[in-house]
Amino acid sequence: MRNAFIDELLILARRDPRIVALSSDIGNRMFDRFAAACPGRFINTGIAEAGMTGIAAGLALAGLRPFTYTIASFNPGRCLEQIRLDLCQPNLPVTLVGIGAGLSYASLGPTHHALEDMAWLRAIPNMTIVCPGDPLETRAAVRAALAQDGPLYIRLGKKGEPVCHRNIPEFRIGKAIEIKSGSDAVLLAVGTTLPLALAAAERLAEMGITAAVHSFHTVKPLDGELLGSIFSRTAPVAVIEEHAPAGGAWSGIAEWLAERGGGRAPLLRFGTPDAFFHEAGGQDWARKRSGLEAGVIASRISEVLSSRAGEKRAAPL
Amino acid sequence: MTDGAGLRQAARRIRAGILELSHRGQSAHIGSCLSVADILAAVYWGGLAITPENIASPDRDRLLFGKGHAAAAILAALAERGFFPREKLADFNRDGGELQEHPGPGWPAGVEIAAGSLGYAPPLAAGLALAARIQGRNFRVCAVMGDGECEEGSVWEAAMFAGGKQLVNLAALIDANSWQATGRTAEITGLEPLGIKWEAFGWRARELDGHNPEEIRTALAEFGRGDRPVALIARTVKGKGVSFMEDDNNWHYRTLSDGDLAKALRELKDGT
Repeated sequence: MRNAFIDELLILARRDPRIVALSSDIGNRMFDRFAAACPGRFINTGIAEAGMTGIAAGLALAGLRPFTYTIASFNPGRCLEQIRLDLCQPNLPVTLVGIGAGLSYASLGPTHHALEDMAWLRAIPNMTIVCPGDPLETRAAVRAALAQDGPLYIRLGKKGEPVCHRNIPEFRIGKAIEIKSGSDAVLLAVGTTLPLALAAAERLAEMGITAAVHSFHTVKPLDGELLGSIFSRTAPVAVIEEHAPAGGAWSGIAEWLAERGGGRAPLLRFGTPDAFFHEAGGQDWARKRSGLEAGVIASRISEVLSSRAGEKRAAPL
Repeated sequence: MTDGAGLRQAARRIRAGILELSHRGQSAHIGSCLSVADILAAVYWGGLAITPENIASPDRDRLLFGKGHAAAAILAALAERGFFPREKLADFNRDGGELQEHPGPGWPAGVEIAAGSLGYAPPLAAGLALAARIQGRNFRVCAVMGDGECEEGSVWEAAMFAGGKQLVNLAALIDANSWQATGRTAEITGLEPLGIKWEAFGWRARELDGHNPEEIRTALAEFGRGDRPVALIARTVKGKGVSFMEDDNNWHYRTLSDGDLAKALRELKDGT
Protein backbone atom coordinates (compact mmCIF):
# COMPACT_ATOMS: atom_id res chain seq x y z
CA MET A 1 0.00 0.00 0.00
CA ARG A 2 2.90 2.31 0.83
CA ASN A 3 4.33 2.10 -2.68
CA ALA A 4 0.91 2.40 -4.31
CA PHE A 5 0.27 5.53 -2.25
CA ILE A 6 3.47 7.33 -3.19
CA ASP A 7 3.31 6.22 -6.84
CA GLU A 8 -0.22 7.54 -7.18
CA LEU A 9 0.55 10.75 -5.32
CA LEU A 10 3.46 11.39 -7.66
CA ILE A 11 1.30 10.81 -10.74
CA LEU A 12 -1.24 13.31 -9.43
CA ALA A 13 1.34 15.83 -8.22
CA ARG A 14 3.03 15.99 -11.63
CA ARG A 15 -0.14 17.50 -13.07
CA ASP A 16 -1.53 19.27 -10.01
CA PRO A 17 0.84 21.93 -8.65
CA ARG A 18 -1.30 22.31 -5.52
CA ILE A 19 -0.19 18.96 -4.10
CA VAL A 20 2.40 19.15 -1.33
CA ALA A 21 3.70 16.07 0.52
CA LEU A 22 4.73 16.43 4.15
CA SER A 23 6.37 13.80 6.31
CA SER A 24 7.46 14.02 9.91
CA ASP A 25 10.72 12.25 9.20
CA ILE A 26 9.30 8.92 8.14
CA GLY A 27 9.46 7.03 4.84
CA ASN A 28 13.16 6.54 4.22
CA ARG A 29 13.88 7.25 0.51
CA MET A 30 10.17 6.91 -0.20
CA PHE A 31 9.78 10.56 -1.20
CA ASP A 32 13.00 10.82 -3.23
CA ARG A 33 11.31 10.57 -6.62
CA PHE A 34 8.54 12.94 -5.51
CA ALA A 35 11.07 15.51 -4.28
CA ALA A 36 13.02 15.29 -7.55
CA ALA A 37 9.93 15.56 -9.75
CA CYS A 38 8.19 18.29 -7.71
CA PRO A 39 10.89 20.61 -6.38
CA GLY A 40 9.94 22.41 -3.19
CA ARG A 41 6.80 20.36 -2.72
CA PHE A 42 8.12 17.63 -0.47
CA ILE A 43 8.63 18.89 3.06
CA ASN A 44 10.19 16.89 5.86
CA THR A 45 8.93 18.85 8.86
CA GLY A 46 11.16 16.99 11.30
CA ILE A 47 9.85 14.75 14.05
CA ALA A 48 7.00 17.09 14.87
CA GLU A 49 3.52 15.79 14.07
CA ALA A 50 1.65 18.69 15.67
CA GLY A 51 3.81 21.18 13.81
CA MET A 52 3.39 19.27 10.56
CA THR A 53 -0.40 19.36 10.85
CA GLY A 54 -0.45 23.10 11.56
CA ILE A 55 1.95 23.74 8.68
CA ALA A 56 -0.31 21.68 6.40
CA ALA A 57 -3.29 23.78 7.51
CA GLY A 58 -1.35 26.94 6.67
CA LEU A 59 -0.54 25.56 3.21
CA ALA A 60 -4.21 24.70 2.68
CA LEU A 61 -5.27 28.20 3.73
CA ALA A 62 -3.26 29.48 0.78
CA GLY A 63 -5.02 27.09 -1.59
CA LEU A 64 -2.56 24.16 -1.66
CA ARG A 65 -3.50 20.49 -1.17
CA PRO A 66 -1.24 18.98 1.48
CA PHE A 67 -0.87 15.27 2.30
CA THR A 68 0.69 14.61 5.70
CA TYR A 69 2.38 11.25 6.16
CA THR A 70 3.58 9.35 9.15
CA ILE A 71 2.85 6.24 11.23
CA ALA A 72 -0.85 5.76 11.95
CA SER A 73 -0.38 5.64 15.70
CA PHE A 74 1.18 9.15 15.59
CA ASN A 75 -0.94 10.62 12.80
CA PRO A 76 -3.63 11.15 14.18
CA GLY A 77 -2.45 10.35 17.73
CA ARG A 78 0.23 12.95 18.23
CA CYS A 79 -1.60 15.78 16.47
CA LEU A 80 -5.22 15.09 17.34
CA GLU A 81 -6.12 18.56 18.54
CA GLN A 82 -4.44 20.14 15.52
CA ILE A 83 -6.59 17.89 13.34
CA ARG A 84 -9.67 18.94 15.26
CA LEU A 85 -9.03 22.68 15.32
CA ASP A 86 -6.76 23.42 12.35
CA LEU A 87 -8.32 21.03 9.83
CA CYS A 88 -11.80 19.92 10.84
CA GLN A 89 -13.18 23.13 12.33
CA PRO A 90 -12.49 25.18 9.19
CA ASN A 91 -13.03 22.07 6.99
CA LEU A 92 -9.69 22.39 5.18
CA PRO A 93 -8.75 19.95 2.42
CA VAL A 94 -5.78 18.27 4.06
CA THR A 95 -5.30 14.51 3.69
CA LEU A 96 -3.73 12.66 6.60
CA VAL A 97 -2.01 9.43 5.68
CA GLY A 98 -1.36 6.95 8.48
CA ILE A 99 0.92 4.06 7.60
CA GLY A 100 0.83 0.96 9.80
CA ALA A 101 -2.93 0.53 10.25
CA GLY A 102 -4.01 -1.60 13.18
CA LEU A 103 -1.51 -4.37 13.82
CA SER A 104 0.64 -3.77 10.72
CA TYR A 105 3.58 -2.90 12.97
CA ALA A 106 2.63 -5.37 15.70
CA SER A 107 6.23 -6.39 16.38
CA LEU A 108 7.19 -2.81 17.23
CA GLY A 109 4.97 -2.79 20.29
CA PRO A 110 2.02 -0.73 21.53
CA THR A 111 3.62 2.62 20.62
CA HIS A 112 3.21 1.56 16.99
CA HIS A 113 -0.16 -0.18 17.20
CA ALA A 114 -2.90 1.92 15.63
CA LEU A 115 -5.97 0.43 17.28
CA GLU A 116 -7.77 3.55 18.52
CA ASP A 117 -7.13 5.94 15.64
CA MET A 118 -10.54 5.56 14.03
CA ALA A 119 -12.28 6.17 17.36
CA TRP A 120 -10.40 9.42 17.81
CA LEU A 121 -11.18 10.66 14.32
CA ARG A 122 -14.73 9.37 13.99
CA ALA A 123 -15.71 11.66 16.85
CA ILE A 124 -14.67 14.82 15.01
CA PRO A 125 -17.13 16.62 12.73
CA ASN A 126 -16.18 17.07 9.05
CA MET A 127 -13.69 14.18 9.12
CA THR A 128 -13.74 11.44 6.49
CA ILE A 129 -12.04 8.09 7.18
CA VAL A 130 -10.95 5.81 4.36
CA CYS A 131 -9.30 2.39 4.82
CA PRO A 132 -8.24 0.98 1.46
CA GLY A 133 -8.38 -2.80 1.19
CA ASP A 134 -5.47 -3.34 -1.16
CA PRO A 135 -2.87 -1.43 -3.21
CA LEU A 136 -5.34 -0.69 -6.01
CA GLU A 137 -7.91 0.73 -3.61
CA THR A 138 -5.09 2.79 -2.14
CA ARG A 139 -4.52 4.42 -5.52
CA ALA A 140 -8.23 5.05 -5.90
CA ALA A 141 -8.46 6.48 -2.38
CA VAL A 142 -5.67 8.98 -3.06
CA ARG A 143 -7.52 10.17 -6.16
CA ALA A 144 -10.78 10.39 -4.21
CA ALA A 145 -9.09 12.36 -1.43
CA LEU A 146 -7.89 14.95 -3.92
CA ALA A 147 -11.29 15.19 -5.56
CA GLN A 148 -13.10 16.17 -2.35
CA ASP A 149 -12.83 19.27 -0.23
CA GLY A 150 -12.40 18.47 3.44
CA PRO A 151 -10.08 16.74 5.89
CA LEU A 152 -9.67 13.05 5.10
CA TYR A 153 -7.73 10.26 6.78
CA ILE A 154 -6.31 7.42 4.70
CA ARG A 155 -5.44 4.44 6.89
CA LEU A 156 -2.84 2.31 5.13
CA GLY A 157 -1.20 -1.01 6.00
CA LYS A 158 2.47 -1.23 5.13
CA LYS A 159 4.35 -2.72 2.20
CA GLY A 160 3.57 -5.84 0.25
CA GLU A 161 -0.16 -6.41 0.81
CA PRO A 162 -1.75 -8.70 -1.81
CA VAL A 163 -3.77 -7.18 -4.63
CA CYS A 164 -7.44 -8.15 -4.32
CA HIS A 165 -8.82 -6.34 -7.36
CA ARG A 166 -8.01 -6.94 -11.02
CA ASN A 167 -8.04 -3.23 -11.88
CA ILE A 168 -8.30 0.00 -9.96
CA PRO A 169 -11.91 -0.25 -8.82
CA GLU A 170 -14.59 2.35 -9.20
CA PHE A 171 -14.22 4.05 -5.85
CA ARG A 172 -16.64 6.36 -4.15
CA ILE A 173 -16.13 7.65 -0.64
CA GLY A 174 -18.87 6.19 1.55
CA LYS A 175 -19.73 3.41 -0.91
CA ALA A 176 -18.43 -0.07 -0.08
CA ILE A 177 -17.23 -2.32 -2.89
CA GLU A 178 -18.67 -5.81 -3.26
CA ILE A 179 -15.81 -8.19 -3.96
CA LYS A 180 -17.74 -11.43 -3.80
CA SER A 181 -21.44 -12.22 -3.60
CA GLY A 182 -23.07 -14.69 -1.23
CA SER A 183 -26.33 -15.09 0.63
CA ASP A 184 -25.66 -16.92 3.92
CA ALA A 185 -23.40 -14.35 5.60
CA VAL A 186 -21.96 -10.89 4.95
CA LEU A 187 -18.31 -10.06 5.67
CA LEU A 188 -17.43 -6.38 5.91
CA ALA A 189 -13.67 -6.06 5.57
CA VAL A 190 -12.17 -2.83 6.85
CA GLY A 191 -8.91 -1.90 5.16
CA THR A 192 -6.06 -4.32 5.72
CA THR A 193 -8.35 -7.21 6.64
CA LEU A 194 -9.70 -7.59 3.10
CA PRO A 195 -7.47 -10.60 2.23
CA LEU A 196 -8.41 -12.15 5.59
CA ALA A 197 -12.12 -11.73 4.85
CA LEU A 198 -11.66 -13.36 1.45
CA ALA A 199 -9.84 -16.28 3.09
CA ALA A 200 -12.64 -16.62 5.66
CA ALA A 201 -15.19 -16.68 2.82
CA GLU A 202 -13.25 -19.54 1.23
CA ARG A 203 -13.35 -21.51 4.48
CA LEU A 204 -17.07 -20.88 4.71
CA ALA A 205 -17.50 -22.05 1.12
CA GLU A 206 -15.76 -25.30 2.10
CA MET A 207 -18.46 -25.69 4.77
CA GLY A 208 -21.16 -25.06 2.20
CA ILE A 209 -21.85 -21.51 3.39
CA THR A 210 -21.78 -18.70 0.84
CA ALA A 211 -20.60 -15.37 2.21
CA ALA A 212 -20.64 -11.99 0.51
CA VAL A 213 -17.46 -9.97 0.99
CA HIS A 214 -17.44 -6.19 0.84
CA SER A 215 -14.48 -3.90 1.06
CA PHE A 216 -15.99 -1.57 3.63
CA HIS A 217 -13.36 1.06 2.99
CA THR A 218 -15.11 4.16 4.32
CA VAL A 219 -15.69 4.21 8.06
CA LYS A 220 -16.95 7.79 8.08
CA PRO A 221 -19.40 8.41 6.52
CA LEU A 222 -20.84 4.89 6.64
CA ASP A 223 -22.42 3.32 3.57
CA GLY A 224 -25.99 3.62 4.84
CA GLU A 225 -27.43 2.18 1.65
CA LEU A 226 -25.51 -1.08 2.03
CA LEU A 227 -26.19 -1.27 5.77
CA GLY A 228 -29.90 -0.71 5.19
CA SER A 229 -29.94 -3.52 2.68
CA ILE A 230 -27.94 -6.12 4.65
CA PHE A 231 -29.69 -5.52 7.96
CA SER A 232 -33.10 -5.88 6.33
CA ARG A 233 -32.14 -9.52 5.72
CA THR A 234 -31.25 -12.17 8.30
CA ALA A 235 -27.81 -13.34 7.16
CA PRO A 236 -25.26 -12.58 9.92
CA VAL A 237 -23.03 -9.58 9.34
CA ALA A 238 -19.39 -9.78 10.44
CA VAL A 239 -17.21 -6.68 10.71
CA ILE A 240 -13.52 -7.55 10.42
CA GLU A 241 -11.09 -4.84 11.44
CA GLU A 242 -7.77 -4.28 13.13
CA HIS A 243 -9.19 -1.88 15.69
CA ALA A 244 -10.29 -1.86 19.32
CA PRO A 245 -13.99 -2.33 20.14
CA ALA A 246 -14.63 1.30 21.00
CA GLY A 247 -15.15 3.66 18.14
CA GLY A 248 -14.08 1.63 15.12
CA ALA A 249 -16.13 0.39 12.17
CA TRP A 250 -18.00 -2.24 14.18
CA SER A 251 -18.84 0.36 16.79
CA GLY A 252 -19.98 2.80 14.12
CA ILE A 253 -22.22 0.20 12.51
CA ALA A 254 -23.63 -0.81 15.91
CA GLU A 255 -24.48 2.85 16.57
CA TRP A 256 -26.04 3.15 13.14
CA LEU A 257 -28.14 0.09 13.87
CA ALA A 258 -29.14 1.20 17.38
CA GLU A 259 -30.36 4.53 16.05
CA ARG A 260 -32.68 2.62 13.73
CA GLY A 261 -33.99 0.25 16.37
CA GLY A 262 -31.78 -2.70 15.38
CA GLY A 263 -31.84 -4.98 12.36
CA ARG A 264 -32.87 -8.53 11.58
CA ALA A 265 -29.31 -9.77 11.10
CA PRO A 266 -26.92 -10.41 14.00
CA LEU A 267 -23.85 -8.17 14.04
CA LEU A 268 -20.55 -9.90 14.86
CA ARG A 269 -17.24 -8.26 15.68
CA PHE A 270 -13.83 -9.57 14.71
CA GLY A 271 -11.26 -7.09 15.96
CA THR A 272 -8.63 -6.45 18.59
CA PRO A 273 -9.38 -6.48 22.32
CA ASP A 274 -9.70 -3.50 24.65
CA ALA A 275 -6.18 -4.16 25.94
CA PHE A 276 -2.54 -3.42 25.17
CA PHE A 277 -0.37 -6.17 23.73
CA HIS A 278 2.44 -6.71 26.19
CA GLU A 279 4.02 -9.67 24.43
CA ALA A 280 6.34 -9.50 21.44
CA GLY A 281 5.01 -10.87 18.20
CA GLY A 282 4.43 -10.07 14.54
CA GLN A 283 1.20 -9.17 12.80
CA ASP A 284 0.17 -12.78 12.16
CA TRP A 285 0.75 -13.68 15.81
CA ALA A 286 -1.15 -10.63 17.06
CA ARG A 287 -4.03 -11.32 14.70
CA LYS A 288 -4.19 -14.91 15.84
CA ARG A 289 -4.28 -13.77 19.45
CA SER A 290 -7.18 -11.47 18.59
CA GLY A 291 -9.17 -14.15 16.78
CA LEU A 292 -8.49 -12.48 13.46
CA GLU A 293 -8.00 -15.75 11.62
CA ALA A 294 -9.89 -17.15 8.66
CA GLY A 295 -10.68 -20.42 10.45
CA VAL A 296 -11.89 -18.70 13.63
CA ILE A 297 -14.07 -16.28 11.70
CA ALA A 298 -15.57 -19.08 9.60
CA SER A 299 -16.27 -21.31 12.62
CA ARG A 300 -17.99 -18.57 14.56
CA ILE A 301 -20.20 -17.62 11.64
CA SER A 302 -21.02 -21.26 11.08
CA GLU A 303 -21.95 -21.63 14.79
CA VAL A 304 -24.21 -18.60 14.63
CA LEU A 305 -25.92 -20.02 11.57
CA SER A 306 -26.35 -23.45 13.22
CA SER A 307 -27.76 -22.05 16.45
CA ARG A 308 -30.23 -19.93 14.50
CA ALA A 309 -31.26 -22.95 12.47
CA GLY A 310 -31.73 -24.77 15.80
CA GLU A 311 -33.89 -21.95 17.12
CA LYS A 312 -36.03 -22.07 14.00
CA ARG A 313 -36.50 -25.81 14.32
CA ALA A 314 -37.29 -25.39 17.99
CA ALA A 315 -39.70 -22.53 17.46
CA PRO A 316 -42.90 -24.57 16.70
CA LEU A 317 -42.60 -26.36 20.05
CA MET B 1 0.07 56.90 6.25
CA THR B 2 -1.47 57.65 9.63
CA ASP B 3 0.98 59.69 11.73
CA GLY B 4 2.06 58.88 15.28
CA ALA B 5 -0.77 60.81 16.86
CA GLY B 6 -3.24 59.06 14.57
CA LEU B 7 -1.81 55.68 15.54
CA ARG B 8 -2.18 56.44 19.23
CA GLN B 9 -5.69 57.67 18.57
CA ALA B 10 -6.49 54.38 16.78
CA ALA B 11 -5.11 52.41 19.74
CA ARG B 12 -7.26 54.42 22.12
CA ARG B 13 -10.37 53.70 20.05
CA ILE B 14 -9.47 50.00 19.97
CA ARG B 15 -9.23 50.07 23.78
CA ALA B 16 -12.62 51.75 24.06
CA GLY B 17 -14.03 49.14 21.69
CA ILE B 18 -12.53 46.34 23.80
CA LEU B 19 -14.14 47.70 26.95
CA GLU B 20 -17.54 48.17 25.35
CA LEU B 21 -17.48 44.72 23.76
CA SER B 22 -16.29 42.99 26.91
CA HIS B 23 -18.94 44.75 28.93
CA ARG B 24 -21.74 43.99 26.50
CA GLY B 25 -20.66 40.35 26.09
CA GLN B 26 -19.65 40.02 29.76
CA SER B 27 -16.45 38.35 28.56
CA ALA B 28 -13.22 38.02 30.50
CA HIS B 29 -9.55 38.35 29.42
CA ILE B 30 -9.80 42.14 29.38
CA GLY B 31 -6.21 42.54 30.57
CA SER B 32 -4.98 40.38 27.66
CA CYS B 33 -7.01 42.48 25.22
CA LEU B 34 -5.71 45.82 26.49
CA SER B 35 -2.07 44.71 26.35
CA VAL B 36 -2.31 43.93 22.62
CA ALA B 37 -4.18 47.09 21.56
CA ASP B 38 -1.14 49.11 20.44
CA ILE B 39 0.17 46.07 18.54
CA LEU B 40 -3.08 45.79 16.62
CA ALA B 41 -3.10 49.51 15.84
CA ALA B 42 0.42 49.09 14.41
CA VAL B 43 -0.63 46.03 12.38
CA TYR B 44 -3.75 47.48 10.75
CA TRP B 45 -2.66 51.10 10.43
CA GLY B 46 0.29 50.45 8.13
CA GLY B 47 2.45 47.69 9.66
CA LEU B 48 1.12 44.90 7.47
CA ALA B 49 -0.42 45.07 4.00
CA ILE B 50 -3.89 44.09 5.16
CA THR B 51 -6.73 46.48 4.38
CA PRO B 52 -10.48 46.24 3.90
CA GLU B 53 -9.75 46.69 0.19
CA ASN B 54 -7.23 43.86 -0.25
CA ILE B 55 -8.66 41.39 2.24
CA ALA B 56 -9.76 38.92 -0.46
CA SER B 57 -6.48 39.12 -2.38
CA PRO B 58 -4.18 36.08 -2.22
CA ASP B 59 -1.27 38.52 -2.09
CA ARG B 60 -2.30 40.28 1.11
CA ASP B 61 -0.15 39.96 4.19
CA ARG B 62 -1.62 37.63 6.83
CA LEU B 63 -2.09 38.26 10.53
CA LEU B 64 -2.69 35.08 12.49
CA PHE B 65 -4.07 36.03 15.86
CA GLY B 66 -3.05 33.18 18.14
CA LYS B 67 -4.12 34.57 21.50
CA GLY B 68 -7.76 33.87 20.79
CA HIS B 69 -8.84 34.70 24.33
CA ALA B 70 -8.23 38.33 23.35
CA ALA B 71 -10.97 38.04 20.73
CA ALA B 72 -12.55 41.34 21.76
CA ALA B 73 -9.30 43.09 20.85
CA ILE B 74 -9.10 41.83 17.28
CA LEU B 75 -12.80 42.41 16.76
CA ALA B 76 -12.52 45.96 18.04
CA ALA B 77 -9.48 46.61 15.84
CA LEU B 78 -11.06 45.20 12.67
CA ALA B 79 -14.29 47.10 13.26
CA GLU B 80 -12.38 50.31 13.91
CA ARG B 81 -10.39 49.85 10.69
CA GLY B 82 -13.61 49.25 8.74
CA PHE B 83 -13.26 45.55 7.89
CA PHE B 84 -16.89 44.98 8.76
CA PRO B 85 -19.83 47.09 9.90
CA ARG B 86 -19.81 47.99 13.58
CA GLU B 87 -23.36 46.68 13.99
CA LYS B 88 -22.00 43.16 13.69
CA LEU B 89 -20.33 43.60 17.07
CA ALA B 90 -23.76 43.26 18.65
CA ASP B 91 -23.37 39.55 17.90
CA PHE B 92 -20.41 39.13 20.24
CA ASN B 93 -21.08 36.51 22.89
CA ARG B 94 -24.84 36.84 22.29
CA ASP B 95 -26.91 33.64 22.32
CA GLY B 96 -27.25 32.56 18.70
CA GLY B 97 -24.87 35.27 17.47
CA GLU B 98 -22.06 34.60 14.97
CA LEU B 99 -19.24 35.83 17.21
CA GLN B 100 -18.37 33.43 19.98
CA GLU B 101 -16.00 34.29 22.80
CA HIS B 102 -13.07 32.88 20.83
CA PRO B 103 -12.55 33.43 17.09
CA GLY B 104 -14.01 30.75 14.82
CA PRO B 105 -14.20 30.00 11.10
CA GLY B 106 -17.37 32.03 10.70
CA TRP B 107 -15.71 35.25 11.82
CA PRO B 108 -15.39 38.28 9.57
CA ALA B 109 -12.68 38.55 6.93
CA GLY B 110 -9.44 39.56 8.60
CA VAL B 111 -9.63 36.79 11.18
CA GLU B 112 -7.70 34.13 9.28
CA ILE B 113 -7.85 31.30 11.80
CA ALA B 114 -9.85 29.98 14.71
CA ALA B 115 -8.01 30.38 17.99
CA GLY B 116 -8.55 29.55 21.61
CA SER B 117 -6.27 26.59 22.15
CA LEU B 118 -2.77 28.02 22.46
CA GLY B 119 0.36 27.49 20.37
CA TYR B 120 -1.52 27.17 17.08
CA ALA B 121 -0.58 30.33 15.20
CA PRO B 122 3.15 29.62 14.66
CA PRO B 123 2.74 26.32 12.72
CA LEU B 124 -0.11 27.78 10.65
CA ALA B 125 1.93 30.90 9.99
CA ALA B 126 4.93 28.80 8.99
CA GLY B 127 2.69 26.86 6.59
CA LEU B 128 1.38 30.06 5.03
CA ALA B 129 4.88 31.52 4.77
CA LEU B 130 6.00 28.32 3.05
CA ALA B 131 2.97 28.47 0.74
CA ALA B 132 4.09 31.91 -0.43
CA ARG B 133 7.45 30.38 -1.38
CA ILE B 134 5.84 27.43 -3.19
CA GLN B 135 3.38 29.67 -5.04
CA GLY B 136 5.91 32.37 -5.84
CA ARG B 137 3.96 35.06 -4.01
CA ASN B 138 5.37 37.90 -1.96
CA PHE B 139 3.04 38.07 0.99
CA ARG B 140 4.29 38.11 4.58
CA VAL B 141 2.85 36.37 7.59
CA CYS B 142 2.79 37.51 11.20
CA ALA B 143 1.68 35.39 14.16
CA VAL B 144 0.57 37.33 17.23
CA MET B 145 0.73 35.40 20.48
CA GLY B 146 1.22 35.80 24.18
CA ASP B 147 4.41 35.20 26.11
CA GLY B 148 2.81 32.51 28.25
CA GLU B 149 1.70 30.89 25.02
CA CYS B 150 5.36 30.26 24.23
CA GLU B 151 5.25 27.43 26.78
CA GLU B 152 3.38 25.30 24.22
CA GLY B 153 5.60 22.77 22.43
CA SER B 154 4.01 23.42 19.04
CA VAL B 155 5.42 26.97 19.14
CA TRP B 156 8.93 25.55 19.18
CA GLU B 157 8.21 22.88 16.59
CA ALA B 158 7.27 25.71 14.25
CA ALA B 159 10.13 27.91 15.41
CA MET B 160 12.69 25.19 14.64
CA PHE B 161 11.07 24.46 11.29
CA ALA B 162 10.85 28.09 10.17
CA GLY B 163 14.37 28.85 11.34
CA GLY B 164 15.71 25.84 9.50
CA LYS B 165 13.81 26.64 6.32
CA GLN B 166 14.75 30.32 6.57
CA LEU B 167 11.18 31.52 6.14
CA VAL B 168 12.15 35.17 5.96
CA ASN B 169 8.59 36.30 5.24
CA LEU B 170 7.53 35.18 8.72
CA ALA B 171 7.35 37.09 11.98
CA ALA B 172 6.27 36.11 15.47
CA LEU B 173 4.98 39.10 17.38
CA ILE B 174 4.84 38.34 21.07
CA ASP B 175 2.62 40.37 23.34
CA ALA B 176 4.87 39.88 26.36
CA ASN B 177 2.68 41.19 29.16
CA SER B 178 4.57 39.00 31.67
CA TRP B 179 1.42 37.33 33.01
CA GLN B 180 -0.33 34.10 32.23
CA ALA B 181 -3.57 32.78 33.65
CA THR B 182 -2.35 31.96 37.12
CA GLY B 183 0.84 33.90 37.66
CA ARG B 184 3.98 35.60 36.35
CA THR B 185 5.34 33.88 33.24
CA ALA B 186 8.91 34.20 34.48
CA GLU B 187 8.03 32.40 37.70
CA ILE B 188 5.95 29.54 36.32
CA THR B 189 8.49 28.13 33.84
CA GLY B 190 11.90 29.08 32.52
CA LEU B 191 10.35 31.17 29.75
CA GLU B 192 12.76 34.08 30.01
CA PRO B 193 15.03 35.14 28.55
CA LEU B 194 12.78 34.80 25.52
CA GLY B 195 14.86 36.57 22.89
CA ILE B 196 17.85 34.26 22.95
CA LYS B 197 15.54 31.24 22.72
CA TRP B 198 14.20 32.49 19.39
CA GLU B 199 17.73 33.42 18.28
CA ALA B 200 18.86 29.89 19.10
CA PHE B 201 16.11 28.55 16.84
CA GLY B 202 17.44 30.53 13.88
CA TRP B 203 15.35 33.69 14.17
CA ARG B 204 16.39 37.29 14.57
CA ALA B 205 14.90 38.50 17.85
CA ARG B 206 14.20 42.07 18.76
CA GLU B 207 12.78 43.65 21.90
CA LEU B 208 10.22 46.42 21.42
CA ASP B 209 8.17 48.77 23.55
CA GLY B 210 4.78 47.15 23.05
CA HIS B 211 2.99 50.38 23.80
CA ASN B 212 4.82 52.42 21.20
CA PRO B 213 2.76 51.72 18.09
CA GLU B 214 5.13 53.66 15.82
CA GLU B 215 8.07 51.51 16.85
CA ILE B 216 6.04 48.34 16.32
CA ARG B 217 4.77 49.56 12.97
CA THR B 218 8.29 50.30 11.75
CA ALA B 219 9.45 46.85 12.84
CA LEU B 220 6.51 45.22 11.07
CA ALA B 221 7.04 47.24 7.91
CA GLU B 222 10.67 46.11 7.79
CA PHE B 223 10.50 42.37 8.36
CA GLY B 224 10.84 40.13 5.35
CA ARG B 225 14.01 41.63 3.96
CA GLY B 226 16.53 39.74 6.08
CA ASP B 227 17.90 36.24 5.92
CA ARG B 228 15.77 34.69 8.66
CA PRO B 229 12.37 34.93 10.34
CA VAL B 230 11.91 37.61 12.95
CA ALA B 231 10.67 37.41 16.54
CA LEU B 232 9.39 40.76 17.78
CA ILE B 233 9.10 40.65 21.54
CA ALA B 234 6.82 43.51 22.45
CA ARG B 235 7.07 44.25 26.15
CA THR B 236 3.62 45.23 27.34
CA VAL B 237 1.59 45.81 30.48
CA LYS B 238 -1.44 43.64 31.01
CA GLY B 239 -4.51 45.87 31.29
CA LYS B 240 -2.64 48.83 29.74
CA GLY B 241 -4.59 52.07 29.54
CA VAL B 242 -6.90 51.59 32.51
CA SER B 243 -5.18 52.40 35.81
CA PHE B 244 -7.12 49.97 37.94
CA MET B 245 -6.43 47.11 35.53
CA GLU B 246 -2.77 47.70 34.76
CA ASP B 247 -0.56 44.80 35.82
CA ASP B 248 -3.41 43.33 37.87
CA ASN B 249 -3.94 39.74 36.73
CA ASN B 250 -7.40 39.59 38.26
CA TRP B 251 -8.52 41.18 34.99
CA HIS B 252 -7.68 37.93 33.25
CA TYR B 253 -10.91 36.61 34.74
CA ARG B 254 -13.02 39.52 35.93
CA THR B 255 -15.85 41.00 33.86
CA LEU B 256 -16.89 44.64 33.72
CA SER B 257 -19.74 46.12 35.74
CA ASP B 258 -21.54 49.24 34.46
CA GLY B 259 -19.56 51.32 36.93
CA ASP B 260 -16.21 49.77 35.88
CA LEU B 261 -16.99 50.52 32.26
CA ALA B 262 -17.86 54.16 32.85
CA LYS B 263 -14.77 54.69 34.97
CA ALA B 264 -12.47 52.95 32.47
CA LEU B 265 -13.86 54.84 29.48
CA ARG B 266 -13.47 58.13 31.33
CA GLU B 267 -9.79 57.34 31.90
CA LEU B 268 -9.25 56.55 28.23
CA LYS B 269 -10.93 59.78 27.21
CA ASP B 270 -8.81 61.82 29.60
CA GLY B 271 -5.59 60.06 28.62
CA THR B 272 -3.36 61.22 25.83
